[in-house]
Amino acid sequence: MQVKLRVKRFDRERDREPYWAEYEVEAEATDRVLDLLHSVKWYQDGTLSFRRSCGHGICGSDAMLINGRNRLACKVLIKELGKRISVEPLRGFPVVKDLVVDQQAFFRKFESVQPYLVAEEPPPARERRQSPEARERFDDTTKCILCAACTTSCPSFWSNPNYLGPAAIVNAHRFLFDDRDAGQEARLQVLNQSDGVWRCRTIFNCVEACPRGIDITRAIGEVKKALLLRRT
Amino acid sequence: MAATYHQYEVVVVGGGGAGLMAALTLRGRDVAVLSKLYPVRSHTGTAQGGIGAALGNMEEDHWEWHMFDTVKGSDYLADQDAVEILAREAVETVLELEHWGLPFSRTPDGKIAQRPFGGHTREYGKAPVRRSCYAADRTGHMILQTLYQQCIRHQVKFFNEFLVLDLLIESGRVAGVVALSIADGSLHVFHAKAVLFATGGCGRIYQITSNAHALTGDGMAVAWRAGVPLEDMEFFQFHPTGIYRMGILITEGARGEGGKLINGRGERFMEKYAPTLLDLAPRDIISRSIYLELRQGHGIGGKGYVHLDLTHLSREVIEEKLPDITDFVRTYLGIDPVKEPIPVQPTAHYAMGGIPTDIWGRVVVDEKNRVLPGFYSAGEVACVSVHGANRLGTNSLVDILVFGRRAGRDLVRYVAENDFPPLPPRAEENAEQWVARLRAGRSGSAGRRTTVAELRDTLQREMMDKASVFRDEKLLAEMKEVVGELQQRYQEVTIQDRGRVFNTDLVEALELAFLLDCAQTVVAGALARQESRGAHSREDFPKRDDQNWLKHSLAYRTPSGQVELKYKSVSITRFQPQERKY
Ligand SMILES: Cc1cc2nc3c(=O)[nH]c(=O)nc-3n(C[C@H](O)[C@H](O)[C@H](O)COP(=O)(O)OP(=O)(O)OC[C@H]3O[C@@H](n4cnc5c(N)ncnc54)[C@H](O)[C@@H]3O)c2cc1C
Ligand code: FES
Repeated sequence: MQVKLRVKRFDRERDREPYWAEYEVEAEATDRVLDLLHSVKWYQDGTLSFRRSCGHGICGSDAMLINGRNRLACKVLIKELGKRISVEPLRGFPVVKDLVVDQQAFFRKFESVQPYLVAEEPPPARERRQSPEARERFDDTTKCILCAACTTSCPSFWSNPNYLGPAAIVNAHRFLFDDRDAGQEARLQVLNQSDGVWRCRTIFNCVEACPRGIDITRAIGEVKKALLLRRT
Repeated sequence: MAATYHQYEVVVVGGGGAGLMAALTLRGRDVAVLSKLYPVRSHTGTAQGGIGAALGNMEEDHWEWHMFDTVKGSDYLADQDAVEILAREAVETVLELEHWGLPFSRTPDGKIAQRPFGGHTREYGKAPVRRSCYAADRTGHMILQTLYQQCIRHQVKFFNEFLVLDLLIESGRVAGVVALSIADGSLHVFHAKAVLFATGGCGRIYQITSNAHALTGDGMAVAWRAGVPLEDMEFFQFHPTGIYRMGILITEGARGEGGKLINGRGERFMEKYAPTLLDLAPRDIISRSIYLELRQGHGIGGKGYVHLDLTHLSREVIEEKLPDITDFVRTYLGIDPVKEPIPVQPTAHYAMGGIPTDIWGRVVVDEKNRVLPGFYSAGEVACVSVHGANRLGTNSLVDILVFGRRAGRDLVRYVAENDFPPLPPRAEENAEQWVARLRAGRSGSAGRRTTVAELRDTLQREMMDKASVFRDEKLLAEMKEVVGELQQRYQEVTIQDRGRVFNTDLVEALELAFLLDCAQTVVAGALARQESRGAHSREDFPKRDDQNWLKHSLAYRTPSGQVELKYKSVSITRFQPQERKY
């Protein structure tokens, strides 16, 4: 079938402002949006830029705004969208070129929550034991692929770019609720700052945007609760 | 345009499992990691099924059994001194990952959970053993995340979205690399005492592949152009279960959990080909069996696929132990694997060959294993060789970590003992000219434009037809011609994007050159090797021939861009070659 693909484009070397480019692409209903973008790039217009690598929703390269929603281009099929498809870069990050955004600030926030296991005691000779229940406690937040779909769908982030954002909080949660970890205190301090977890207004956009199906609002709620318990 | 100069004692190229492991081993030292992707986007993150180690958490297991399985799986081409290290150090490596926080799935008593995987057995082949340590079906994701987290903790220095184009060698020593910054198109010279290549595989030489778009064999090709040979390139693994037409992988773990392969006549056809291990036989054997079934018209509805059937497993097993692949199948095929079988076909998966190294990750450049000082390699780009002619599942993750770490350790020694070598004059010249040529291509001039996509499509399609699971002299000779022609036509390639900022048109054109080099060495090695061994299956020479071919190939680049082949012996320590039956 014939799909009309609109792409919001911008090349700072050439354009003063972003503009919409339109392409007619021959495609099958089961093709991915990524296939459409490739089809344009490879057979129509080589100047179109976007990131991608794995092609099946694991590497987190190709989150973008597709028909008004943040998704991975490689994980949404044309049959879910119909014959008119529009694609824009993620909101709230500087655009580098076309669909490529600058994610450096995003990664810096991720790093700021100390997303690594902090252990007090030297490890045992074998593995640390962890019950399946304790492991299950933080399973959901281990799934994050740092694609930034959640953070860039969040109105609190749009209005305050300093807000840590859901992705960083999800990654803090992954360690806060791991019973092997001893880095709670330092991490909670970061989360408790004015641009930390309290900026979340429970709007749920992030949950809808997450291509990994992480229940982000719940994770954020659990982090808030951990902070409240710590205060008392 | 002038290049920017940097100096680090060690430059690690690649931010996947192998590169990050090496960087962590070198933590606190003067090291930079260059990666064309953000490290967390690396392909290691897509590994599903698990990492093999004889922990013995579920049942008795020993590293000697793991070693034997790996050697037998390799069709006796692996170097046994290296395999012994792999199997022994796998155990401490997995434990170290756990200590760094990797969230493995757990047994009821809290140990790391393990499951069966193809070719892994107890007591030297008697029955499948549970050896694959896993975190649901996202083991690679967890490994990559854990390593990256530790890198953050230790403040490892990264240059992200830097594409390495050239290896610098001066007075017989490696002196650094030249890279293109994708973000702004600038060229950078990294002067180093030592360089480690950990750039992953080259699966994109084939049309149907489980490999990411970024897996274009860059490290192999850059090394090859710098005069380093590539070892055993003719051995390329096809994984039996890729999603039909897309190639997306369905982990062997699905069969480890009990999944079966069924042909169009409803038969569990592996009973014919591997009566003991059945659907858990090694990948080369299953992929060939599927091709044979398809040839006899036993595909589903006569088409080019068979079924992977999980429907007899409980919903809990499928959703808890294989959540990601369940999601893939639902997303891409609209099928619920709990209720319906999955259409699968063999998919190009893993390069057994690569840059030859010794057991310390040092690159060796001739039949006598002479070391090229300052050059190291680890991971899928390298060939130690622990996988020989066919890799067992779960052994790549072990390989990248065990040898990534060993390379890191030897690098500590090397940089302490050596000074910076001089940089060659005008170090960036080669890369600069190449980029300039592609950028300047005469678009719109008379005659037809030769595009990257056109050449790449041809390469991938023809490699699939002529140099994949089954091969013969005629097809390979044809393929050699095809690659030769494509190499010629590459000289006329033009790109449309003339900008500097995030020019992925340029990146793809550069990557195409790497793909062509890799394909050229695969085909040359395959054409020369007149036997069938592991993943290399010649219909005109269907038997393994230890007399003449129990040896590694080394493909060198001649000044005119042709392949010259030499051979080197295999290290055999504990296990003498036997006939391989499962
Ligand atoms: C779908 C799938 C599932 C798998 N499952 C398993 C499994 O369950 N168990 C197992 O053992 N193995 C598995 N494998 C194989 C295993 O995952 C890979 O072989 C392994 O992860 C490779 O790791 P690596 O570090 O060598 O390379 P990669 O992880 O591919 O990393 C390569 C790095 O090099 C960088 N790079 C490449 N070229 C350049 C350049 N020119 N300049 C700068 N940087 C560059 C990239 O940015 C990247 O960071 C699987 C493979 C696939 C495809
Ligand atoms: S390309 Fe990897 S997530 Fe889409």
